[in-house]
Amino acid sequence: MNIPSDLLYSKEHEWAKVNGEIATIGITDFAQGSLGDITFVELPKVGAVVEQFSNVGVIESVKTVSDLYTPLGGEIVEVNTAVDGDPAALNNDPYGSGWLIKIKLSDKAQTQQLLDAAAYADIAHD
Amino acid sequence: MTSERRTALYEEHVALHARMVPFGGFSMPVQYSGILKEHDAVRHRAGLFDLSHMGQFILEGNDVAAWADGLTINEVATMKPFQARYNIFCNPNGGAHDDVIFYRLPDRWLLVVNAGNADKMWAHLNAHRSGDVRLRSLHGDAALIAIQGPSAVGMLQKHVDIDLATIKYYFCAEAKVDGVPVTLARTGYTGEDGFELFLPGDRAPAIWRSLLAAHEGEGLIPCGLGARDVLRLEAGMPLYGHEMTEEITPVQAGLTWALKLPKPEFTGKGALVQQLEGDRFPRIVGLKMAGRVGAREGYPVFSGDARVGEIRSGSIAPAVGNANIATALVEKDVTTIGTNLQVEVRGERHDATVVSMPFYKRQKTERKGDR
Repeated sequence: MNIPSDLLYSKEHEWAKVNGEIATIGITDFAQGSLGDITFVELPKVGAVVEQFSNVGVIESVKTVSDLYTPLGGEIVEVNTAVDGDPAALNNDPYGSGWLIKIKLSDKAQTQQLLDAAAYADIAHD
Repeated sequence: MTSERRTALYEEHVALHARMVPFGGFSMPVQYSGILKEHDAVRHRAGLFDLSHMGQFILEGNDVAAWADGLTINEVATMKPFQARYNIFCNPNGGAHDDVIFYRLPDRWLLVVNAGNADKMWAHLNAHRSGDVRLRSLHGDAALIAIQGPSAVGMLQKHVDIDLATIKYYFCAEAKVDGVPVTLARTGYTGEDGFELFLPGDRAPAIWRSLLAAHEGEGLIPCGLGARDVLRLEAGMPLYGHEMTEEITPVQAGLTWALKLPKPEFTGKGALVQQLEGDRFPRIVGLKMAGRVGAREGYPVFSGDARVGEIRSGSIAPAVGNANIATALVEKDVTTIGTNLQVEVRGERHDATVVSMPFYKRQKTERKGDR
């Protein structure tokens, strides 16, 4: 299972990559593997202001529907519209082309509530 | 997971890195390589399934046919030797205890019931046993391997000592597969051609491995229950607990073709006749969602402001242009093909249209057998 060391993780199996005041967010390799073939993604609108750990979207796979939670709060500045036409990108490249949203962080200190790769590896199993 | 039983093929699934889930009291593979990939194999090449969790009961004695005819809605006594027939055990209200397949063998009958209903059905059969009827449960001991898909028959043929072309749809035979005595039936739950192999559990791993090894190059892959559910829904086949339950009758499920009213008396007949005559009952229809949002079990269905029913099964359908398809139990007046309905998904209404089932039908038709 792929858990890149330069990312932060939530217990809900999302990752965040913080670059200055912008965080890119997606779901982890473990999450995509658990969900199975992903068929549809519902993402928040650009401009929406969301709180840390709040429900911001939905991910549908062939066999299940699950909520998407944002690991960090702030304003949505970009959503990955490409995954709309290619939801399999979440399966094939969860840390790359399968990214989901970019957030302008409201409080960078929120990152302290996230896990590093080693801590996430401890919970990323069945 | 430790409380679930294991089929004879459990170690094979683990070795193939299947994702195991509890299902019908067993730990079963929900997927190996991925539901969509497995679905594609069955629609275009072939897939191999472990269905050993299903209940296999042996019925013996001179009175089996007449006795079973009194407990089921389809005909049993008129079955020819080696014929297979879909049937339903109903409760006195017409709801379904289970949907099953009877296989008539020369000296006995094989009854295959749903895994989740196996204990209930075993109790039901024993409680109603009468005359010269002897019952034996092979549940959990015997194995069931299905090979399904357009290439399935050709693949299996290389392992069998009889000509499979002589076995029509919904017929079976006793033959040897890799030298092992097996009951093989041209039945399935995928909408594709193929066979189901009933065999002793201890012989199953070798045959499973042999089939996979011999036909891997032609695209045979192991397939889990996830793919099976998509395949059966596309093919318009009901799943117990969804399209049919102790409350939802076979008439409501659109299985009136299996209801043989000329039979003198059987459990549930009165209620089913009454339901048919009244005609005002909610029934199962096929729905196709207009958009990309999926309809899932339990979602409410609306016609304008009126709630008219609920989704019973739903999935993306790769064989139907990746549309989101579903079955819904809805009021009679919204069941006409082409009717526009709305499905409530996470608080929002999404358009859907009533369509005919099956959603998917394979093109080659060699189905001469009588169900």
